[in-house]
Amino acid sequence: MLEANFQTLKRYRYLLSNLIVKDIKLKYRRSILGILWSVLNPLLMMIVISAVFSNIFKFQVENFPLYYLTGSTLFNFMSESTNLAMMSILNSRELIKKIYIPKYIFPIEKCLFGFVNFLFSLIAVVVMFIVFGYPLHLTSLLFFIPAIYTLIFSMGLGMVLSALGVFFRDVIHLYSVVVVAWNYFTPIVYPYEILGEKMKMFMQINPMYYFVSYFRDVTMYNTVPGVKIDLICIAFSVGTLIFGLWFFKKTQDRFILYV
Amino acid sequence: MENIIEIKDVEMHFNMCKEKIDNLKEYFIKIAKRQLMYEDFIALDKVNLEVQRGEVLGIIGYNGSGKSTILKVISGILKPTKGIVKVNGTIAPLIELGAGFDLDLTARENIYLNGSVLGFSKKMMQDCFDDIVEFSELKDFLDIPMKNYSSGMVARIGFAVATMVKTDILIVDEILSVGDFLFQQKCENRINNLMAGGTTVIIVSHTLDQIRRLCSKVLWLDKGKVKMLGDTNTVCDAYEGNLK
Repeated sequence: MLEANFQTLKRYRYLLSNLIVKDIKLKYRRSILGILWSVLNPLLMMIVISAVFSNIFKFQVENFPLYYLTGSTLFNFMSESTNLAMMSILNSRELIKKIYIPKYIFPIEKCLFGFVNFLFSLIAVVVMFIVFGYPLHLTSLLFFIPAIYTLIFSMGLGMVLSALGVFFRDVIHLYSVVVVAWNYFTPIVYPYEILGEKMKMFMQINPMYYFVSYFRDVTMYNTVPGVKIDLICIAFSVGTLIFGLWFFKKTQDRFILYV
Repeated sequence: MENIIEIKDVEMHFNMCKEKIDNLKEYFIKIAKRQLMYEDFIALDKVNLEVQRGEVLGIIGYNGSGKSTILKVISGILKPTKGIVKVNGTIAPLIELGAGFDLDLTARENIYLNGSVLGFSKKMMQDCFDDIVEFSELKDFLDIPMKNYSSGMVARIGFAVATMVKTDILIVDEILSVGDFLFQQKCENRINNLMAGGTTVIIVSHTLDQIRRLCSKVLWLDKGKVKMLGDTNTVCDAYEGNLK
């Protein structure tokens, strides 16, 4: 059965790539700066956040703007992908009602689209490293590892959200609050060290905490986290993906009655 | 002859909720009050059907008799509640033309997108792109966004894409009524060509002339049940007799 799924994925990979290209084109159509916004957006946010917070964490965090930028870039990738994935089934209702397409294509496509956007915003990160004269370490080349973990995690979560969103539209409103809260529960604008003992415990079950720290370790601190961290990351991401696939498969035949 | 489509005892039930519940609060309130009542609506009732390769099947019936539902069951959009549906081949569903068009994109972009929605490969689309454009006769409008198209123009592109690549089964739902007279004739010719090439076609139409002209076999559905299945003229005559 797994092989059959793989076969359909192969058959529809042209659709997958077409949809991603379509999303990219439509996102920037009729904006003068176009794709440059993927780079400008995180930079502008970085300036605002640094202006407000860098004084507060002056002693705990070196290079606050870069600290914020690396964390927020990865987190935004997750939040954008899962948000788009959540709406993906509802937004393709016209298509789902008329043509048979494996439905998991839609949330997966949105996550891959989010990944492409993430790669564009990495340009902003590199530019800022150069502007601040911060050394680009060789370990930076490993940036793709936490990025892939985040992608797999987002796919799993996105599938759950997209299925839930079909049945209960409340999920859409609820999730927008959850993402904001999650953003503050992850050390992005503040350093991990200022957290109290309880919150530190809490971080152990926050997958984004692991992915973000991993990302900063390889890009900023020239260190490679040990195998243990990799295993934790794999457990979080692959576990979520398997749960997402299972949940999606279980509910997908009823989508058409609710979209 | 080999059966390309086999439908055995297919039933399609819909839970017709008295009111549509799509938020959590109402859902829990209704569960707590045990008010979550469904009305069982049977859209298809024990339908049996076999279609052989190369046949042209017409489906007729009044509004709400289950014609579109059976097309959706065959094309895999709906999973039947009970029964077995076996399809041995690729399907081009023309249930509504232009499904999957994004009207913000240009016609050129949409042709590729629509082709991939139907499951065609990149190479197939590149090979027949020119034919599609020629058939639709819209060469001069290729690079404008499709939201500026008229509905007839959209239908032309949709029909051209869906029928360009040869599939085993073509499903046509009331679409021959779009476009001007000349284009309708062109569509009919193309369907005739496809049939000559061995494609199985399923047509839903309210125009009995069309059914008589094209079909080799007709299915008459009434309130989800098979009222009659057989030779085109016999079924069409009976259907007309019933109307009077």
